[in-house]
Order: sequence, then structure tokens, then C-alpha cells
Amino acid sequence: MMKSGSNLERVLEAGHFAVTAEIGPPKHADGGVIRSRGEQLRGYADAFNLTDNQAAVVRLSSIAAGAILVQQGQDPVIQMTCRDRNRIGLQSDLLGAYALGVRNVLCLSGDHQRFGNHPTAKNVYDLDSINLIQMVKQLRDEKRFLSGEECKIEPRFYIGCAANPFADPFEFRVMRLEKKIAAGADFVQTQCVFDMERFERFMEMVRERGLHKRAKILAGVMPVKSAKAAAFMQQHVAGMMVPDAMVERLKKAEDEKAEGLQLCIEQIKHLKTIEGVAGVHIMTLMWEEMVPFIVEQAGLLPRPEVSGDG
Amino acid sequence: MIVAEAKTLEEIFQLVEPFKKILVAGCGGCVTVCMAGGAKEVGLLASAIRLSRRNNQLEVLEQTVLRQCEYEFNRELSSSVSEVEAVLSLACGVGVQSLAEQNPDKPVLPGLNTKFMGLPLEQGVWAERCQGCGECVLDKTFGICPITRCSKSLLNGPCGGSQGGKCEIDPDVPCAWQLIYDKAISLGQVDRLRHIQPVKDWSKSRDGGPRKVVRGDVRLDEIGQ
Ligand code: SF4
Ligand code: SF4
Repeated sequence: MMKSGSNLERVLEAGHFAVTAEIGPPKHADGGVIRSRGEQLRGYADAFNLTDNQAAVVRLSSIAAGAILVQQGQDPVIQMTCRDRNRIGLQSDLLGAYALGVRNVLCLSGDHQRFGNHPTAKNVYDLDSINLIQMVKQLRDEKRFLSGEECKIEPRFYIGCAANPFADPFEFRVMRLEKKIAAGADFVQTQCVFDMERFERFMEMVRERGLHKRAKILAGVMPVKSAKAAAFMQQHVAGMMVPDAMVERLKKAEDEKAEGLQLCIEQIKHLKTIEGVAGVHIMTLMWEEMVPFIVEQAGLLPRPEVSGDG
Repeated sequence: MIVAEAKTLEEIFQLVEPFKKILVAGCGGCVTVCMAGGAKEVGLLASAIRLSRRNNQLEVLEQTVLRQCEYEFNRELSSSVSEVEAVLSLACGVGVQSLAEQNPDKPVLPGLNTKFMGLPLEQGVWAERCQGCGECVLDKTFGICPITRCSKSLLNGPCGGSQGGKCEIDPDVPCAWQLIYDKAISLGQVDRLRHIQPVKDWSKSRDGGPRKVVRGDVRLDEIGQ
């Protein structure tokens, strides 16, 4: 039986290689941006992932953006972080998002506010991401709020979590993923894969523990616009690993943008061959217009249509 | 200990500006040890305040008690307090408040910014170790507090920003979960970290409102405070 019945769930559970793409909500109150992105990317991904005040910068809310996509007949994945809301706010928003037609939620700890545009804010962290996963699952499967009280009409979400094979301690990463799956994660979205060797080692450990059979793993990819951008991520973004060879390759390229796209396409093709990788998640950081090109060139079209009865 | 830091002199001069006679009150407890509000700092600050006011418009008394966080010790201050228009306390926030409670008609001003409960790492360096969460989990995290030392107070392992042993917020901040993991490895007990820590009960913390500990076994009589 389907847990949420979302398109993403149907595609993944039917065994298709899934494609999701990230849409960053705008730093203003015009939902039209989301609407036009949705139209532009229609048919190029199975679900669209909406960030929740990513990097602790205030943006249009992921739930509101998700609701706009629902109006368009798309399948949104809303990100939900533990940084800004306590268990009361989180559960209330889960009910609200479900009522608006959202069916997938990605549970995250959230980036610390230190680097955002409100560094003097107080953070919440009432729960951590694993507790959040448990809470979403309990609501869905036991029809109970975190407090134990009954929730008569339960929100039924397809539950996602993040995994970062490039953060430390490396060995703990697989253990933490296992905890997230044990807590109730149905699908997993990884940090952008640039260092394929390390990712392969991660997946080996994942397979050893049989985790790929318990949850669907989407590998994160990102087209990089320039050697400079790659070098920046290499040096300044915590939890990212960019191999020198990649920076070099971009540097040498005549057209760095085209090379960045090419690299991304090659990575997707490679990821498709790794046992246990159930799909890709494309993060473009405001370069969303390239998603159709990448998906097409990676040979991922047309996107499957899986009927609602699962 | 409670670690505190002096406010800037400009701030302090501003605080005492309206007064002609003040008492600078030190504390012999934590703030003496962390060199922020003991007798020595009281002396230095009192001189600086005097110097800041030309033509002696301001009289500054100095006195330091054993612990400003207890009414009992503060009674020693009562005659000096009665002489002055305001008290500048160099105790932690608890000391300032206890003086203020005892002297409802006198302004008691904070000379320090109270920072945290922590320890000295080396001369001149202090680090936070406990947030007084009311339900200690140190047994589960091998003696390293994730509430305090993880920037997100995560209970179930490191976030995706932990790299090279450092926390995502600052390369000078060790990642608490790296420390916990390393300790677990060295003790051969990594499997204990597989257990999912349930949601924390923050009502035992400050979030439950101002807290009070009442212990029947040591109480002398009924106190209604
Ligand atoms: S778990 Fe709570 S009581 Fe124990 S050290 Fe950490 S903050 Fe203090
Ligand atoms: S990097 Fe480590 S200490 Fe910093 S927030 Fe993440 S888990 Fe906590």
C-alpha cells in the first residue's frame, strides 16, 4: 500500500530511476516566480524540492511554494528544518502542508543561522532531524501527535531525509543514515556528489548494511558554473567535497559553463550504474533553467507515468 | 564556574553617569576565578571610574564579598550600600539580582556580561560546557555535552556540516559529535550511538519557565518564595 501516494513515491516504488529537482523560493513575496519555474520544468522531474530558508536566508516559505506547485498539478517535496520551529509549529505546518496537497516532506536539521541574513536570531532545535522523522511517521502510521494525542485525520507524507557522505566522521555517516531509516525515512537525498570515489565507498557501506533496500536513495548532483565556483565550494562550504581534478578540468575548459553541465551529465550517467542509487536529485542554485537540458542529455526522458493505484 | 566578562568602560561610565556616589561591589566566587569581578578587578574599575570624572564629582566605594549570589554574604555590604546612590555589581547576573532583591530602593547596575557555565582551557581562555538543561545526558554521550557543545544541540549525531573535526559555524569550534564519536571509538562503544535518542523534554530546562529546586530533605522550615 502506498504511504502517501505522491508521484515521487509511485515512481520510486515502481522501481524507476527517479529525478527530482530543486527550486529555491524567492527572497520576496511574488509566487509568480515559483509558478513560472514550475511551468518551465514541467515533465522534466518527478517531483520538485522546495528549500526551507536555505542557508538561513529568509525566503518565501517552502510550504507556500509547494502549495503553488500543487495548484499546477505538480508533486512538491517540501523541506522542513528544525532550526526555526518547535514541535508545535512543525506539527501545525505538517497538517497545513498536507491540507494544501503536499505529500512529500524532507526532514532536515537546517543550516545554522550564523551565515544567514539574520545571524542575531535565536535558533530553536527543539527536535533534531531524526526526531522530526519519527514525528512525521508517528503522525502518519499511528495517527498520534508527538504528545501521544490522537490526530483524527492524519497527514500521510512520504518521508525524506538527507545524508552527507562528504561530511565527517565518515564512518558515522552510514550509521546516521541507518538511524534515519530506522526512524522512518522512506527516501534519502544526498549532498551533491562531486567526489565519486568517496561516494562509491559510502554506497558500499550502505549496501553492506542493506540500507538501499530499506529506503530509496537519491544521489545529489549539481552543475557547477565555473572553476571559481567549484574552488569556492571546495574551500568554503562545510560538508562539501570537490576533487582538485574537477576544478582543474573546469579551469582548462574553453566554456566553463558548458563543461560544468557536461560534468554533471557524466556524473548522473555514472550514478545510474551504482547499485542502490534509486535516482538523482538535481540542485542548481538559481540555475534551474538548465534542468531540462541536463535531464535530457543524461537520457532520463521521458519521465515515467505511474498510475495512482500503485 | 560561571564565566563572565567586563562590559566596556564606555558602557560602564554611561551606567554610572547619573550618580555622585556609588559602590563597586565584587564577588569572591566564580568571577574572581575568571578574573572579571573579584577584589582586584573592583579596584581597577573603581580607579578607572574615578579618573573618568574630572574635578572629583564622583565618590566610589569598593567592597568585595565572598559570594554575591547569597543574601547572607551580601548583608556585609549593607552599610556601604546605604551610603551610596547606586551599586555597580561585578558579580554574575545572579549576584546582581540578589543584591537588587535585597535593596529594592537602590539601583543595582551590572558591570559584567554573564556568559556561561564553563571552564578555563588555558590562561585567559574559557569555554562553555553546560546549559543547565535539567536532565543530563552526559552518560549517553561519553561525557561530552551535545546540548551545549553542538551548535544545534543535536542529540542523534553530527549534522552534514561537520568536516575535519570542526563545526560548520566556525573553524575554531570543534564539532561536538566528532568528539563524541572519537571518544566512543576509543572506548570501543560506537554501537551505543546507534540508539535513537528520543525527543528531549525541554520543560525541565529554562523552557519550562523559571526553575526552582525544592528539597524537603534539607529544608529547615517552610519557605514560601
Ligand atoms: S546534558 Fe544538560 S545538564 Fe548535562 S552537561 Fe549538558 S546541558 Fe548540562
Ligand atoms: S558541525 Fe557538529 S557541532 Fe556543529 S552543528 Fe553540526 S553536529 Fe553540531
